[in-house]
Amino acid sequence: MRITILPERKTVELSGRRLVSNVLRDLGYLPGTAMVIRGDELIPEGEMIEADDEIEIRSVISGGI
Amino acid sequence: MKCNRCGERAEIKLRQHNAAFCRTCFVPLLQKHVRRSIRKQKMFSLDEHILVAVSGGKDSLALWDILIELGYQTTGLHLSLGIGDYSDQSTELAVAFAEARNLPLLNISLREEGLAVDDATAFTNRPACSACGTLKRHYFDKLAIDRGFPVVATGHNLDDEAARLLGNVLHWQMDYLARQKPVLEPTHERFVRKVKPLYRTTEFESAAYCFFRKIDYILDECPNSAGATQLKHKEVMNQLEAASPGTKLSFVQDFLERARPMMQSEANRPPLTCEGCGMPSFTERCSRCRLVREVQTKRARYADRARSE
Repeated sequence: MRITILPERKTVELSGRRLVSNVLRDLGYLPGTAMVIRGDELIPEGEMIEADDEIEIRSVISGGI
Repeated sequence: MKCNRCGERAEIKLRQHNAAFCRTCFVPLLQKHVRRSIRKQKMFSLDEHILVAVSGGKDSLALWDILIELGYQTTGLHLSLGIGDYSDQSTELAVAFAEARNLPLLNISLREEGLAVDDATAFTNRPACSACGTLKRHYFDKLAIDRGFPVVATGHNLDDEAARLLGNVLHWQMDYLARQKPVLEPTHERFVRKVKPLYRTTEFESAAYCFFRKIDYILDECPNSAGATQLKHKEVMNQLEAASPGTKLSFVQDFLERARPMMQSEANRPPLTCEGCGMPSFTERCSRCRLVREVQTKRARYADRARSE
């Protein structure tokens, strides 16, 4: 699977079919800190990402102060 | 995974509620939750005209969209902060949102007002976030008062409030704790009511809301926020949340219901009036006027030095 990571605009490749929560964990995201997007839809934790999927992981954390 | 409401395929799982929803059910559900927060906390009524502070980020644009969908009268307020390209992009997105929906937007450039965030960080030792916060608070009140709005709504979310609460507790900032609430009533004639309708909404929920509603918001992080203490506090809260879903919500909610009322007396100290600009201040000059004076002094000193070299 090919993963675009935003806002960093990085791309990473992972092999095989994987659970959303495992992909997030392996890339260092805590639950609820990033959206996993495939095309026009969100993929929730607990669902699978197929080996040939192209997905986007978008961090939702913002802040200062 | 199925939607808890309609049984269709779910696109969002909310661990804190142990529930999953499709977008068709999630969008009105979040709007309803925000309306409940507004009513429960008596933030404002349908008769009042609300000034919505809009940064161009996901939370404030989601908030503005929700308030419109709920039928409230709104005007947007965007402060172009003067933080390089980041501010230019944020302004473009806020303006595009307003124009696409034919909504009124006050677009104020801090540089044109005399002091942008970049100037404050170039000429003083203050952290950028501190200067930014000072300027925002000043202009939210000033513009609302000058233009007759009774209330300013900001996009502070549950994650912001939990991180702020953690920071205030770690340092026992009693004054700040007393004032940490979703509705801040004015304590001076030149303060307006400040409200946070998203105080029970997570960052994840507001980002998903924007995604489902096709709202373009700035994805880049503010360049000044790298290493910011609030982000460290957010990470700690997210680790606790991962281990025990619902921690952030109960931390903030229980504080508001059980601990904060005991701090009421701390919040009652009325402000003075700033000698410089007439806005409220807890010292003779408000923090914005002190910041302006510091920048002017240092700018003049650097100019003198450059001339003599």
